[in-house]
Amino acid sequence: MAAETHLHSDLHAQSLEHDAHAHHDHHDDHEHNESFISKYVFSMDHKVIARQFLITAVIMACLAMIMSIVFRLQLAWPGEKFAFINWVMGDKWGKDGILDQNAYLALVTIHGTIMVFMVLTGGLSGTFSNLLIPYQIGARDMASGFMNMLSYWFFFLSSLVMTISLFVESGPASGGWTVYPPLSALEKAMPGSGVGMTLWLVSMSFFIVSSLLGGLNYIITVLNFRTKGLKMTRLPLTVWAFFVTAILGVLSFPVLFSAALLLIFDRSFGTSFYLSDIYIGGEALTQTGGSPVLFEHLFWFLGHPEVYIIILPALGLTSEIISVNARKPIFGYRAMITSILAIGFLSFIVWGHHMYVTGMNPFLGSVFVFTTLLIAIPSAVKAFNYITTLWKGNIQFTPAMLFAIGLVSTFITGGVTGIILADSALDINLHDTYFVVAHFHIVMGVSAILGMLAGVYHWFPKLFLRKMNKNLGYLHFWLTFISAYGVFFPMHFLGLAGVPRRYYENSAFPMFDNLQDLNVLITVFAILGALAQGIFLFNFFYSIFRGPKSEQNPWNANTLEWTTPMANIHGNWPGPLPEVHRWPYDYSKPGTEEDFIPQTVPLKEGEVDGGGH
Amino acid sequence: MSLLVYIILILAAAAIWQLVRVVELSGKLKGVDPNRVTESDNRMQGRLMILMYFGLLIFCLWNFFAYKDKLLPVSASEHGVELDWLMEFNMYIIAVVAIVTNFLLFYMAYKYYGRDGARATFYPHNNKLEMIWTGIPAVVLFIIIFFGITLWNDATSPAAKGTRVVELYSMQFNWKARYGGEDNTLGKSNYLLIDGVNELGVDSTDKNAADDVIVKDTLVLPVGEEVDFRFRSRDVIHSAYFPHFRAQMNCVPGMETYFHFKPTITTAKMREITKNPEFNYVLLCNKICGAAHYNMQMPIKIVEKAEYQKWMEATKASGSNGNPYYAKK
Repeated sequence: MAAETHLHSDLHAQSLEHDAHAHHDHHDDHEHNESFISKYVFSMDHKVIARQFLITAVIMACLAMIMSIVFRLQLAWPGEKFAFINWVMGDKWGKDGILDQNAYLALVTIHGTIMVFMVLTGGLSGTFSNLLIPYQIGARDMASGFMNMLSYWFFFLSSLVMTISLFVESGPASGGWTVYPPLSALEKAMPGSGVGMTLWLVSMSFFIVSSLLGGLNYIITVLNFRTKGLKMTRLPLTVWAFFVTAILGVLSFPVLFSAALLLIFDRSFGTSFYLSDIYIGGEALTQTGGSPVLFEHLFWFLGHPEVYIIILPALGLTSEIISVNARKPIFGYRAMITSILAIGFLSFIVWGHHMYVTGMNPFLGSVFVFTTLLIAIPSAVKAFNYITTLWKGNIQFTPAMLFAIGLVSTFITGGVTGIILADSALDINLHDTYFVVAHFHIVMGVSAILGMLAGVYHWFPKLFLRKMNKNLGYLHFWLTFISAYGVFFPMHFLGLAGVPRRYYENSAFPMFDNLQDLNVLITVFAILGALAQGIFLFNFFYSIFRGPKSEQNPWNANTLEWTTPMANIHGNWPGPLPEVHRWPYDYSKPGTEEDFIPQTVPLKEGEVDGGGH
Repeated sequence: MSLLVYIILILAAAAIWQLVRVVELSGKLKGVDPNRVTESDNRMQGRLMILMYFGLLIFCLWNFFAYKDKLLPVSASEHGVELDWLMEFNMYIIAVVAIVTNFLLFYMAYKYYGRDGARATFYPHNNKLEMIWTGIPAVVLFIIIFFGITLWNDATSPAAKGTRVVELYSMQFNWKARYGGEDNTLGKSNYLLIDGVNELGVDSTDKNAADDVIVKDTLVLPVGEEVDFRFRSRDVIHSAYFPHFRAQMNCVPGMETYFHFKPTITTAKMREITKNPEFNYVLLCNKICGAAHYNMQMPIKIVEKAEYQKWMEATKASGSNGNPYYAKK
């Protein structure tokens, strides 16, 4: 069976090579005929699409970051007047520089939505799955360039609709990024649940389409388009991570779509999937028999795999970057693959840990405690393997490497607090407090952002053929890393003191008075962190146009993307596709001159592949 | 003022950029690629890594010591004491894990910074090591799971028969409490019966409703007696959060949810414990529910049993009972 598949993929690779040869012959005049629109706008080239995803995500991330600064100002100095708030929010939502209550909820909602979906799902997977899957498996492009193009444009549409929703009169969706009905279903419950919420649902539907088109493409490409010799057990961990991520997305996003669809029905067509026995605005609604808990189940059936959809690609990028820059093979390659698979599988049976206090049967709660805590095992294996990869390395501290190490740190620090929250008994008192906000921001928000930035620094030469400035990268890392901990570590204490999340201000409760200086501290770090991103933006855009040209293999890495010249070649390799003879982690292997052996170098006689497995 | 801030920011950005340019140009003059990572970069970054670790450790410890007394006071409920113990137990474990593994991470980064001409050790895997760090976390997690599930089952098992029944009714943006009355049974309710007077939609034809007592200002409970809470919501999901009692349950429209606990410390006693004469227990809303979510609260007063009975009689007599169908005996 295995041999058969192998044979099949070999044949496939050969026939592809054949096609590409024919393609290549007249690809020069082909390129001349390409218009600007088909080359840079509606492009089917995975490299262009990766850049489109990245730049869209960078813009959306800036939007979400500015939002976070506005609500952080409000939380640190409630009632204080800020010209900045008035400037961003206008006279309607930031009258005299004081943030409106509904606008506050809108900001936290859209900040969460943009970060989770547009930046860390679309931006992260969209950029790096697109860039690296074809490059690292030695393929000319994705299985379906057309579907890939559609995937980006649905993503663009989704981002556009989400941005437009900020400008409707009643405001954007404001019920939290989890949009629990009935709050999100009834316009009478809050103004944001009107047109804003409709646009949110439209935007998410586009997003789900984009994600499915992309995900199916990634899966098919990885399974069928690997070049000759590239067995699954020779895949870089990046590709493994993108592959499992895509499977998670394909299995879980349709469930979110069903949740959204039923919500649309409840909102617009009078059904009662989620609504029952509601009296609001002086009126009893006719809907009975539904349950909001159903929505919570459907939402979190996506929502939990979603956090792994976010973190797995970041961990994949990190695996590669740490190995390359430690000049060592990634420790426990097969254990890393097993961990990815285990995390992927477990991620589907843990969603109930978001629902311990929703009224769900307590027995179900104990089942989810068990499955959830199991995830800590493969996660711990990954963390220890990263540390062991550094041990006795010859670590090259490129900016990418700093971000990758930063990710491992935040993944550990944020991961351990998950052990507290996974424990249903302890979640009783911490549910929906700032402890939760601290936990998921560190383990998934900060970690994934650090991973994404690591990826940008590391693969910038492949994305834009130039290099980013090293010293600005260092400065960017340290300011970002310090302020990330400065923002999110103190939040644990707010949570332990019982401060609920999504409160416009805490002054209604005297019990929180002595914690206000903590909120000020957090906001100061948040502003510092935001300014640090200014350094990145400058470095990023400046380097795209004026950065120094990169050599072909700037980091002395083994993977296939560095075996092709620094040019945007249609079909990725000017000649035939590279052939793979070894796993991707032969760094500092004894008995060789250089401290790296690219995957295309044949095994010497008697040489064992894959680190002696 | 704001203009000044903007100018400072712009100047700072320009200064940083100029600095980078200078470094870059001087590198160019010397004929080295300024973006190439050198041994001195590696040494510098490695040192910053270990420095970061200790900085982080100091910051975290400072956070802990500065705020540990400003967190929630001792649990005022019976099961809460157990939960606090479990919390402390788990906190010790995760603190040790986070401190040790972060140390290893940053220390490796510091110790093995890249030197010119040095070579890393080819060390692709070690099954024994991997078994160790699969096995140890597994054992520790099973211990955590065991205690966690045990306490969870204790806290969420159904309340004993005859426990005092209190309904907490939530709506945008306030709470109401309904006591079961003499028969300790809540009258039926129906959302279609809600109007300006009958705010909870109590069904007046149900005889159990006649002795129900509804209060809107303060939830008063006797110390040392279990309370069987029932939660309902009128409009959107709310969450009844009692941080001092380590208790929380969502209030979901269309269904009834449950939680029970036993308050063990009176308000007066807690004022002594916290050395705060103004201390009050409070019920918060902890599920986003709309614009005034941040101010949806109800004070809670835990009193001695005798005082509770006196208060209950007074509430019934004074007409401050919010039950429109209340039948005086």
